[in-house]
Parts: sequence; structure tokens; C-alpha cells
Amino acid sequence: MIWTRKDLIALSELSAEEIVFILDTAAEFKGVGQRRLKKVPSLRGKTLVNLFVEASTRTRTSFELAAVRLSADVVNITATTSSLSKGESLKDTAKNLEALAADLIVLRHSAAGAPQFLAERLQAGVINAGDGSHEHPTQGLLDVFTMRERLGRVEGLKVGIVGDIRFSRVARSNIWALTKLGAEVILIGPPTLVPREFERIGARICHRLDEVLPELDVVNLLRIQHERQKAGYFPGTGEYASLFGLNAARAARLKAGALVMHPGPIHRGVELDGSVADGPHSVILDQVTNGLAVRMAVLYLCGSVALKEEA
Amino acid sequence: MADALASDLGGEGQIFLAGIPTRGVPLARRLKEELGSRGLAAECGAVDIAMYRDDLGMRGGVAPLRGTELPIDLDHWTVVLVDDVQQTGRTARAAIDAVLGFGRPKRILFAVLADRGGRELPIRPDYTGMELSVRPGAKLRVRLAEVDDGEEGIFES
Amino acid sequence: MSHSVNIRGGRIVDPSSGRDETGDVFIADGKFAASPAPGAVEIDVRGLVVCPGFIDMHVHLREPGHGAKETIETGTKAAAAGGFTSVVAMPNTNPVADHPGIIAWMEERAAQFGAVNVFTTGAITVGSQGEQLAPIGAMANAGIVAVTDDGRCVQNHEVMRRAAEYCGLFGLPILDHCQDASTAGAEAMMHEGYWSTVLGLPGWPRMAEEIIVARDALLSEATGTAIHCQHLSAAGSVRILREAQSRGVRLSGEVCPHHIALTDESLAGYDTSFKMNPPLREQSDIDALLEGIADRTIGILATDHAPHAVYEKEVEFAAAPFGIVGLETAVGIFCEILLHRCRVIDLPRLVAMLTINPARLLNLDRGTLAAGAPGDVTILDPQREWTVERETFASKGRNTPFHGWKLRGRAVRTIVGGRTAWHLEA
Repeated sequence: MIWTRKDLIALSELSAEEIVFILDTAAEFKGVGQRRLKKVPSLRGKTLVNLFVEASTRTRTSFELAAVRLSADVVNITATTSSLSKGESLKDTAKNLEALAADLIVLRHSAAGAPQFLAERLQAGVINAGDGSHEHPTQGLLDVFTMRERLGRVEGLKVGIVGDIRFSRVARSNIWALTKLGAEVILIGPPTLVPREFERIGARICHRLDEVLPELDVVNLLRIQHERQKAGYFPGTGEYASLFGLNAARAARLKAGALVMHPGPIHRGVELDGSVADGPHSVILDQVTNGLAVRMAVLYLCGSVALKEEA
Repeated sequence: MADALASDLGGEGQIFLAGIPTRGVPLARRLKEELGSRGLAAECGAVDIAMYRDDLGMRGGVAPLRGTELPIDLDHWTVVLVDDVQQTGRTARAAIDAVLGFGRPKRILFAVLADRGGRELPIRPDYTGMELSVRPGAKLRVRLAEVDDGEEGIFES
Repeated sequence: MSHSVNIRGGRIVDPSSGRDETGDVFIADGKFAASPAPGAVEIDVRGLVVCPGFIDMHVHLREPGHGAKETIETGTKAAAAGGFTSVVAMPNTNPVADHPGIIAWMEERAAQFGAVNVFTTGAITVGSQGEQLAPIGAMANAGIVAVTDDGRCVQNHEVMRRAAEYCGLFGLPILDHCQDASTAGAEAMMHEGYWSTVLGLPGWPRMAEEIIVARDALLSEATGTAIHCQHLSAAGSVRILREAQSRGVRLSGEVCPHHIALTDESLAGYDTSFKMNPPLREQSDIDALLEGIADRTIGILATDHAPHAVYEKEVEFAAAPFGIVGLETAVGIFCEILLHRCRVIDLPRLVAMLTINPARLLNLDRGTLAAGAPGDVTILDPQREWTVERETFASKGRNTPFHGWKLRGRAVRTIVGGRTAWHLEA
């Protein structure tokens, strides 16, 4: 197949073939990261704008580094510095950026659907770096990349995703990528935070981590957000940790070779113990490295399609 | 080509035959064997030039990356780029950039099975299997057993 | 300009009298008459249906205060173009119509600029904040036909009970936008279900509507006041209505076109043309609403016409206001779905739901062809095929999810008080 998309908005839209294409491309770019000269000229002379209406240092830095390694020029715009805070509409902000010849826009926004909104209106390629609770496609891709690299395959893996599934874009992107590639997804968390609707796309739901832990090949732990506690979805981090935290005792019951993953930043003592985060099952740091390779791949692919020849 | 290479590179030291995918790769392997039978040791591998192309965005879509196999540090190596057909020189230029990303080779040479002319950049092969003049607009296809079905050879269409 | 017209040869459908026969209808000096008036305009409507003028009891005319979205003038022109001779204006204007002065302003504006009849409603509570009763009596004197906090919903049941008791004094029905704030949640922007989960958008469940419909049933029963549940969207609401009505409770309900034409799946592309409140729900809800229409649990059809400026809707989904226009597509959608596609009701029943039923609920001297009543007529062609083109709307609003839809059924002439307010160019 040939990659023909100028945007990466949602993994729910991609075919299994397209996902594998990105993973294979990312594997090549991971190789670039091991060379003497870690830079390739693919996007030289092109401009990438990181438009982070919702703040994030980690993801933004990862995209920035990926762009720079592809020789692109990078401009960072965050919510506080942008005119969006003065009431300029998202559409106008983006049109202005395009007038300044942005070729790629990486958007993180609290409103689900915002990247799609832009992609439909701009010539530039739009990469979704997280839109509300909808999707975080590069995170889903780097998670699956990590699983494939470490375990040799994705099909047939039993992957447990633990935590606040209801509000998590990371969970959704993972669920789509994994089900499309033939893994078995098990969603684990309190009933208030795990919507049953996901059964409709083939995920299994389990509210007791201890029941399902020994059969998992991968445990992907999501960050539990304080706002959910305040909004009354669960009684408190203490209770959460005792029911769903991957503490040392639970980690001892993991299959040999099982992976422990987390998109970060981690709450030691809540989602997992410090000893587990630093322990032999953990591939959390690999995820960061792989994130860079995946983002290089995505920028390379979408950037190639989005570039227009000067008339 | 092997004869010319063998006589020129006799005392060179580390030689790396870097095939440009797709067909440069089996050609590099064959050259390695030919050189071996002439008493010259060489390594071979592949350098995918996709990330170094100057025509991104002009092709309507992105083909899969083919994979690069090069030793990590090429300092002090003599690198021979190997390809099946040379025309504009842009592929060779991209290959040079790619190789330079791995280190600082002692020398870079360029060997091509068929040179069809039509240069757009001042890059000439150092070793040429044959020079062909081809109708402008015609395609030149090389068929190799490792990669293609059917009879081996060079075909114009 | 003549206010007398002889309408010849059409199929006369007047549910108020049970009439369904071919014949002539006469309007003399703006009122229905038994015989033709001299000098009247002659209109030949053979092959068409002659109905009492349609009444839309749920329209947002946006004045005062939101004239960029719509004005009384443009909104009533849209009504006429949609086949409506009367509209009932909602009070969620700016300022909220919670005071007789604002009602009087609206009544005067409508008299001057309205292309069709405009009836006003007043807020139940001051500012529709759900706390203090608004001066309902004074507003009744100013001419309101009902009270409603539409746009919002009185959350405090005791306040709603007192409103129901108080309205009894004036014989005014209460129209309720049924939405329980706690179960719906402040952020909700669509139906809570599979699609809200996949799209990552906060949704509100059916029960948030059903809870309020149930409380309205209990309050109506206890106080004897008519309570009308607006824009029903949920299956359970129909069930509760049916049960209450079976015991004679004065609880009624209305349905808007989009809630029987579309499901939450339409939101898959985050198109704000599908963002409305209450939201589009699932096929099972549509089925329940159609059943409710068929068995007369639901007696009224309305539009909830809610125009917005184009730039307001062309934003990311979370930022877009709720609502779609409806006056110019409603008759087409209702005919297409209720008469043709799903065949849930027959033509006289459809007409009743747009004429005598709302008229009776609101005590309007309308919705009938009886002699002496105001001469409002809708000439309907239930077979007419047409395609919705939003750029041709008389409304200022372009926010419709039905652009490009091919429909069967359209009003071809709208007569208000004997004067043609609009007719379809042949």
C-alpha cells in the first residue's frame, strides 16, 4: 500500500494495514535515532506548528524533537501565548498560521473533534496530539509499537487497560489499534469509569484487576485524574490504589515477560508502585523512545502528502 | 564491473557495498561474491534513500520504507553505492547524504549496472556495467532473479 | 389588499369538525365565511389539500436581543415559507421575556413586522433561573398564551409545583423543557450512548429527560394544571406520558422533526448541524416516539426552530451553540416520515397535530376552518417532491441537518387572515 493521508486524526479511521505501515515506518526511524547523524532532510524547509491549546510539555517536546530530526522548522504556540485566549476562533487562528505557510499543524485541544474541524478546512496536514476524551493517536501507536517490539506480535495478545477509561483518549486510541490488529483488549476499572459501550467493539470488561492479572501479556496503566475524584466518580486515590493499583504484590503475579506500560506522568503509589515502575516488567522509558520514532514516522508520512508543489 | 573494482580497490581495507533498494541490494550482494572470487573481501548491505529524497510531496503518496542495513559507524570505510539504473543522479545524491549520516567514510564510489544518460545533477558513476541510450520517456527495467519473475535482463518499454 | 379569498376545489381536511371532503372554503374580510365574498381573490386548489393554518408552538424568534441570529420579521417569513400561519415564540430572549414590558414589546413588534400570527409565552421564573416566580398574571394580561423556561428547566420541584398551582388561576399551560441537571451534567452535548463513548463527547442519558417528565406527570396530577413536555426525545418519556394520560392527567407532549429523522450516529463527523438539545438519540427512541404518535399519546408536532449565525456554528463541536432551524423543513420531514416512509398516521391526523391540538392546548381561536374563526389556511401538497436547499431559506439561519434531503410533502401556499403571506413559485 501507499500512504495517502495528509492528516492523522483518529486510529478509529485507519485500517489495520495503515497502522502496520506506520509501525514499520517507525521502526526505520528508530534506526535513525541510533545513527551518528540523527537527522534526515525529509522535511527540510517545511514548517511545523505545535498548536497546544491544552498544555503539555512531554508530548509537545516529543513532537518538536521529531520535527527537528526531520529537519523541519518548528514554531510552538501554547494557549496562553496564542490569540485564542483573547477570543480568536480556532478557525481564524489556524487560517492565520496557514497564511504564514505552516505545512503541518500538531494540535492538542480540549474539545473532541477540533483536529477534524481543522483538517477539513486547511491545506496543511493536521496531526492530533490529543483532542479532549476522543483520541491520542500517536500515543496509541507508540504503545502498540512497544508491544510489538518487545513481544514480537500484537495479534492474540491479552492487553489490560486499567483506570479511567471513560474520559481517556489514550484508552480509546489503544482500543482501536489493538482490536484492529487482533489483540484481545480487557478494560479494567471501577464501573463508574468503564463504559459498557466498548463491548460493542469487542473489548472485554472486568472490574477486578486481581481476577484477570495473571493472564495479561500487557498491563497498560492510565493516569487517574484528580478531577474525576472531585466529580465523584470514585471515592479517593487510596481506595483506587488498593483496588486497581499495580503494587509490588500484584506485580509478582504477572506472567513472566508481561509488560507494564504507562503513558505518563505516573503517580507513584496510585496507579503503580515505584518499585514496579522501575522494575523488570516496566517498559515505560521505552515508550518515550518509541514515541519519538512513531512521531517521526507520522510527520514524515503526513508531511510528505501535505506538501504542495509551489505553483 | 567486478574486475574494475577489484583492480582499483585492491589494497583499500574496509569496503562496504551499499545497495540502493530495490535492485541495487541483490546487485551489491552479487558484486560482493564476484569480488570475493577475485580475492577481495567486502561487506554488503542496503541504504534506503526515501528519507533523503528531494521530491517528497510530488508523488501523491508515500511508499513503504525499504530498510537500511549499514554498519553504524562508517568512518574509514570505502563505501561503494550500487544501483541498477542511473538516470538523473538524484537517487545517487540522496544515497550520498544517507551514507554521510552514518559517519565520515574515507571514500564514496558509485557503481551502476546501466547508465541511461539524462543527468540532472553533476554525479557520474565511477563504475558502469553498460551505457545505453534510451528513447526519452521510455522506461528501463532491470529484472533480477532475486526480486523479479521471468527472464533476467534489461528491458526497455 | 383583499382579505377575502375563495379557495376552490381542494380536499378540505379540518379535524376540528371531522371534515374530509372536496369543496370550497371562503374567507371574507379575514374570517371564514359560509359563502363567497364579492371581490374576493379566486384560488384554484384542485389536487391540493386545504387545511386550517398550521401552528408551530415552539419557535425561537430571537428578538429581543439576538437579532443577528433571527428577527421577528425574518422568523415569521420563514414560518410562512414553511406553511405555518401561527407561531408561538419562546421567551429565552435577551433579556428573558419574564416581564410584561418585554411581552408588550414583542407583541407590538410582531404586529408591525410579523408575516404570520405570533403568540408570546412568558418565563415561569425570573430570568428563567428557576427560583422566583415571574409576574405571570401581568404577562397574562399582556397576552401570553403559556409559560415556559424553555432553554432551561426548573430544577426545584417545589418551585415548579407552585408555578403549576399559580398558573391554574390564569388557565395557562406550562411548557417544560424536560432536562434534569444533575443526571444530564453541565457539560453534556449529545446522547449518552455508544457514539458519545466513541467520539469522546460528554452525553446525557434518557433518564435525565424521563425524570422530569415523571415529575411533571405528578405535578400535573396534583395541581390539575396542563403541563406540556416539549421536544420529546426519549423512549421512556412516551411510556410515562401514556401511563399518566390513561388516568386522565393533563400531561401532553410534542415531537420535533429531527428527533424522528436522525439518530446519534449522525454526530460521527462532529458536524455541528447535528448538535441540538435534547440530543438525537437511538433508533429505539425513534420507534417509541413514532408509536406514541400513532397511538395519540403524543398529540402535537412542533419545530423548536433555533436559528444561529453561520459563524457561531462553524466552530469546534464543544463551542457550538445548540439548535437547528426547522420552520422551512418541518412539514416536508413530517410528511416524508409520518405519511410516506413509516406510514404511522394518516393525513387528517397529521393536520390535527399541527392545528386543532396545539390550538386547544393553548386556548387559541385557531386551528379550525369553522365560520367566524380567523381565516388562516395552509394549502398542502402532500405528494410534492422537493429538495432542501439551505441557501434559499427565508430564515437568517442556515443551520440545518437536512440540506440536500429529498422530501415528499410541502405547503404551497400560506394564507393569514385571508391574505397570502407566501406561496410557492410554480
